[in-house]
Amino acid sequence: MSYNYIELITLILLAIGCFFILSGSLGLIKLPDVFSRIHAAGLIDTLGSGFIVLALIIYSGFSLLSLKLLLIPIFLIFTSPVTGHSIALFAHESGYKPKGKNKK
Amino acid sequence: MIFFATLTVLGVSVALCLVRAIKGPTPFDRILSISSIGTIIAIGISVHGFAFERPDFVDISLMYILLNFLGTIAILRYYKIKRKKSNVL
Repeated sequence: MSYNYIELITLILLAIGCFFILSGSLGLIKLPDVFSRIHAAGLIDTLGSGFIVLALIIYSGFSLLSLKLLLIPIFLIFTSPVTGHSIALFAHESGYKPKGKNKK
Repeated sequence: MIFFATLTVLGVSVALCLVRAIKGPTPFDRILSISSIGTIIAIGISVHGFAFERPDFVDISLMYILLNFLGTIAILRYYKIKRKKSNVL
């Protein structure tokens, strides 16, 4: 009977992760600027993949496999801010300015 | 069955990211959306492994994430910084 509970928790966490990934990739289309699209890409990297990997960990039980699955968000936590920061830095240094009302 | 539904949603979001990669006005939009596609596909590889009862694909997913990061930084190296003493990257 407890197996059904595990499947229910997995279903809920997968649905939350799918929502975050879908909204992140929708924001990648709708947002107007490079610097604001980095925000949407960060949503995919942290929350979406985090919830989906958490659902897989709970589904698989606790073993060596779940330890390997736990390494995925750890690597993403280290690599996603570096990617976003360097893209913003290179875009700003090559002349693109963020869109906004108060221009200097 | 729930893993196949997850794979469908991941495929739709890859298609949405590919729209931005095709019509991005600046090259940095394309780099950003390709990086997002790489992350979504790396998650999709491990979900695919669970869907087909063969969870050894997690190793491939780990390798894919690290190679995705290296690829993004390597593409960004082509755009030089005009600052004088650029010790960044």
